[in-house]
Amino acid sequence: MLLIHCPWCGDRDETEFHYGGQAHVDYPDNPNDMGDADWAGYLFLRDNPRGLFHERWSHTAGCRRWFNVVRDTATNEIHPETAGKVAP
Amino acid sequence: MAPLPVQPQPPPRLWRSPEPKRHYEVVIVGSGGHGLATAYYLARNHGIRDVAVLERGWLAGGNMARNTTIIRSNYLFDESAALYNHALDLWEQLPAELEYDFLFSQRGVLNLAHTEQEVRDSRRRVFANQLNGVDAEWVEPAEIAELCPILNLSEDIRYPVLGATLQRRGGIAKHDHVAWAFARKADEMGVDLIQGCEVTGFETDGDRVTGVQTSLGPIGAGRVALAAAGRTTLLTDTLGLRLPLQSHPLQALVSELLEPIHPCVVMSNHVHVYCSQAHKGELVLGAGIDTYNGYGQRGSVHVIERQMAAALELFPIFAQAHVIRTWAGTVDVTPDASPIIGPTPYENLFLNCGWGTGGFKATPGVGWVYAHTIATGRPHPLNEPYGLDRFTTGALIDEHGAAAVAH
Ligand SMILES: Cc1cc2nc3c(=O)[nH]c(=O)nc-3n(C[C@H](O)[C@H](O)[C@H](O)COP(=O)(O)OP(=O)(O)OC[C@H]3O[C@@H](n4cnc5c(N)ncnc54)[C@H](O)[C@@H]3O)c2cc1C
Ligand SMILES: [Zn+2]
Repeated sequence: MLLIHCPWCGDRDETEFHYGGQAHVDYPDNPNDMGDADWAGYLFLRDNPRGLFHERWSHTAGCRRWFNVVRDTATNEIHPETAGKVAP
Repeated sequence: MAPLPVQPQPPPRLWRSPEPKRHYEVVIVGSGGHGLATAYYLARNHGIRDVAVLERGWLAGGNMARNTTIIRSNYLFDESAALYNHALDLWEQLPAELEYDFLFSQRGVLNLAHTEQEVRDSRRRVFANQLNGVDAEWVEPAEIAELCPILNLSEDIRYPVLGATLQRRGGIAKHDHVAWAFARKADEMGVDLIQGCEVTGFETDGDRVTGVQTSLGPIGAGRVALAAAGRTTLLTDTLGLRLPLQSHPLQALVSELLEPIHPCVVMSNHVHVYCSQAHKGELVLGAGIDTYNGYGQRGSVHVIERQMAAALELFPIFAQAHVIRTWAGTVDVTPDASPIIGPTPYENLFLNCGWGTGGFKATPGVGWVYAHTIATGRPHPLNEPYGLDRFTTGALIDEHGAAAVAH
């Protein structure tokens, strides 16, 4: 069970959260100009590191807000992302 | 109930432990069931024996020995039915062919339906299976009661059992013995099985891979075939090759040893638990992946709690059983819940990955088609639809839920 720090509510059990995968994957600026390979990349390709991973969580059973953390996928150690509270 | 079967006694020595040579015609990365079956069929079907299987840990110490050993081929889509049924055909002949009794037990697999929608989806899958030559039946609660008397068929539970699909040819096998059986025969045919040898990167020359870097030094290779399951992207990342894979913990657990009480395999997608009784007597239970990415080979306790709660409602008789062990593997999951088997942008580098929660049942089938792909440089007709390009063309094989278990 992970202990996750919601920036608004504090430390809570993992069961209160919903996982959102990799953070900072922005919707493309000009999707109509993209070829199939780039579009497939946007839809399907995500980093999968063993180590530090910037990822999104939503506090679904609490304040329902999204936020980012940096988690080590080998040890599960979690650090708040320093670059601001609000997810893009 | 039938008496407990006698455990097969492995021969005292199953394979050599050779020093790696400096060059091989084919290097396979990973000695799980897939890597070993691939080596076996490379030698047996294609006469390619200058092969090394490199393993970072010990042989079959990855997901091969962590899975819940369920074998079935009742997948919805044509491409999946063909691949998994090919594997099932091979499973049936392998104990004799490998001269090793790995306790393949075709005790039948029930996939329960708990809602009206699930009844419709399940019946559709039965029809699809029958059209594809896969044995499948729809069974009503009265017949389920005869097949699996310990199931709770009361109408008063939260998710009553409304019916089930039944694949009689499905069942379980002793997973580590399967690996050892393939390993012994591959070794006999000259394949070098090298444990404690981690592949850390590749040597390349333009669009060719010329070898692998390992913890035991560089090893040259005519062709390199990945069978590294959850750690695949750690290797492809070193080439700048991005794959649609996310690695997740997948947990399972076993009870203490019990008398034979659980005659078949029972799976429930809706309450999400699956259960069988191992030959030795443990109840073996699994459920879904933990949601987050992870390489820690451990998952969260609440996932196990939910799976046990679901199991208890379906099997009230389990209430007194003790949990003896829980563990997790690292499984690589694709966006369409189907594997990737085929070539890469590097002419002589091949991929077998993305099996997620369900690749054990495919072991002989994937070994067969992957060996063909490596030997000939082109996919076998059975793995042609499983290329990496499907994520660009959109020709996905979307088995989420359709394959009778949520991924
Ligand atoms: C808990 C659990 C339950 C499951 N239940 C079922 C089930 O009931 N039915 C079913 O069909 N499937 C099931 N599966 C899935 C199945 O186990 C996998 O899909 C299958 O084992 C994957 O193929 P493999 O045998 O090659 O993987 P693995 O056995 O994981 O083989 C990969 C090998 O590669 C090695 N390796 C990785 N990186 C490197 C490197 N860089 N250098 C050298 N070696 C490396 C690893 O150490 C490992 O031994 C389950 C999985 C888990 C974890
Ligand atoms: Zn909150």
